Amino acid sequence: MAEKEVVLMKGNEAVAHAAIRCGCDGYFGYPITPQSEVLETLALEKPWETTGMVVVQAESELASINMVYGGGAAGKRCMTSSSSPGVALMQEGIAYMAGAEIPGLIVNVQRGGPGLGSIQPSQSDYFQATRGGGNGDYNVIVLAPASVQEMADFVDLAFELSFKYRNPAMILSDGVIGQMMEKLVLPPFKPRRTEEQIQEECPWATMGRKKERRPNILTSLELDCGKMEQKNLHLQAKYEEIREKEVRFENVLCEDAEYLIVAFGSAARIGLKVIEMCRAEGIKVGLLRPVTLWPFPAGEIARLGRRVKGILSFEINAGQMVEDIRLATDGQVPVAHYGRMGGVVPAPDEVVRALKEKLIQS
Amino acid sequence: MTEEEIMRPENLVYKKPALLNDNPMHYCPGCSHGVVHKLVAEIIEEMGMEEKTVAISPVGCAVFAYNYIDVDWVEAAHGRAPAVATAIKRLWPDRLVFTYQGDGDLACIGTAESIHALNRGEHIAIIFINNAIYGMTGGQMAPTTLMGMKTSTCPYGRVADLHGYPLKFTEIAATLEGTCYVTRQSVHNVAAIRKAKKAIRKAFENSMAGKGASLVEIVSTCNAGWKLSPEKANQWMEEHMFKFYPLGDLKDTTAITEDSL
Ligand SMILES: Cc1ncc(C[n+]2csc(CCOP(=O)(O)OP(=O)(O)O)c2C)c(N)n1
Ligand code: SF4
Ligand SMILES: [Mg+2]
Repeated sequence: MAEKEVVLMKGNEAVAHAAIRCGCDGYFGYPITPQSEVLETLALEKPWETTGMVVVQAESELASINMVYGGGAAGKRCMTSSSSPGVALMQEGIAYMAGAEIPGLIVNVQRGGPGLGSIQPSQSDYFQATRGGGNGDYNVIVLAPASVQEMADFVDLAFELSFKYRNPAMILSDGVIGQMMEKLVLPPFKPRRTEEQIQEECPWATMGRKKERRPNILTSLELDCGKMEQKNLHLQAKYEEIREKEVRFENVLCEDAEYLIVAFGSAARIGLKVIEMCRAEGIKVGLLRPVTLWPFPAGEIARLGRRVKGILSFEINAGQMVEDIRLATDGQVPVAHYGRMGGVVPAPDEVVRALKEKLIQS
Repeated sequence: MTEEEIMRPENLVYKKPALLNDNPMHYCPGCSHGVVHKLVAEIIEEMGMEEKTVAISPVGCAVFAYNYIDVDWVEAAHGRAPAVATAIKRLWPDRLVFTYQGDGDLACIGTAESIHALNRGEHIAIIFINNAIYGMTGGQMAPTTLMGMKTSTCPYGRVADLHGYPLKFTEIAATLEGTCYVTRQSVHNVAAIRKAKKAIRKAFENSMAGKGASLVEIVSTCNAGWKLSPEKANQWMEEHMFKFYPLGDLKDTTAITEDSL
């Protein structure tokens, strides 16, 4: 086996290197803190000279996402990255991708909001990411990395899922994971797909009509409402299949837990320390980390909810995922929320205190 | 001559391009869109690019262009076609990639995407149907609506204090380093149609030769939006539109001449 390439880098840099290595065909982006290193790293690495990957600094996030839309329509693995205000601007394009069933990857390195907000980490785009975010009934596959390693690994995973289901996929990260440096093993090199491979894998792609086939037309428009409903039913059936097959999560010390913390991304990293501190005091706390935020691990949370005395949804926001936990547990168990906003990252002892106050003492 | 004799292949003087399928067009009688569609289909056929064309349709009356010309199409969000085209051409450089957009799509909601794709010198062709109105949504004011012209959102006529001035987008495009060919044409009579065809052909050739971005504006009629018969609409266009939007090439840095086509 070839030696593993262990390197030290920022989460954002890891995304760029992973993209080059996983056969990504095109990156389109617009600078915004705290994720500009993605485009900067690509510009330094010049993948157009090695793998042939196209890198374009677009005029806006509207343009970036529509470039991803075009590239994905033409069967190519395309991605963009941004932070919260930029991803807000992309929602139109993401809805069009969902409607026209065009694959592609969006990386959101979240910062505090609303509006221009702050440039510090936040998880306040959970609703936007998991509820669709644009217009219409649709869902985006959402992966939440909790380490620099996962920032890298999820790039290929997101592309695989996105193309498998012809649906946009998102990596919902935040300023902590994007900016922190960690050791990681770089993913192995995977060549970009050839024209023949794309033709084979994406018979729907608009890359020039070959004689034997009818023209491919990718559109989200259907003026006949009956047909549009059929199209929606098709999308909903696809989303149901994704819910059945693609839920991912991680359990830490959940089996003997009396209390459960549910946290994703950087909050889950803090959560690890929280359960350690609680257990040192004799309080048995476990951590459930959703890896896919959509599809949400509702079944696993419901299962654990039946065994614990209370659940704390710990998020770096005003309380968004807590709604999904309440839906999953359906009033069977007390569910509380703790979070900070505006870019403030909570310390573990705050969370321990909140757990005691909100669930144990009450 | 009997009807049957007339129908014989050797007597054929005109035929519909094969790429233009038999779907009945939704365009109003007299609308310029239909004529331009035919030219586009003819040119793709003449260039032998049927299997190598990816076209991008706008939001506007031409949103359904994909129903009529049998090549691969991507339908873009309102105004975003040049961004969509940018990616496709960069990722498939040997394909013919063009957008087909109205004035609202290209010169209003998509101004940024249009200017930047042109200015980056993307090797794409943009066909710009300027009918000075929002046809699809029922005749509202466009960025290109002439001063004094009445539309449903300027029912007393366009005035500067309320509505600002009509935008000469093509003139702006001609100033951009990335454009190699910028021209303004029309399709109101046979001579104009022939010229417009040459212009679109040249824009497509530029795209394939990697010469930069080309913009072909077609000053067009929207008889439904203008509330004029097809004939009157053409007259009105000649009298009013051509004054503000004069026909002809604004820029040509390519070596492709009309004769070489
Ligand atoms: C984001 C968005 N805003 C508004 C609309 C509504 N809309 C559809 S077509 C159109 C104007 C089209 O006008 P133009 O581009 O001039 O094309 P024409 O129909 O005149 O050919 C508008 C405003 C839309 N579809 N999407
Ligand atoms: S509304 Fe105007 S632009 Fe649209 S089809 Fe009718 S004439 Fe043509
Ligand atoms: Mg118009």
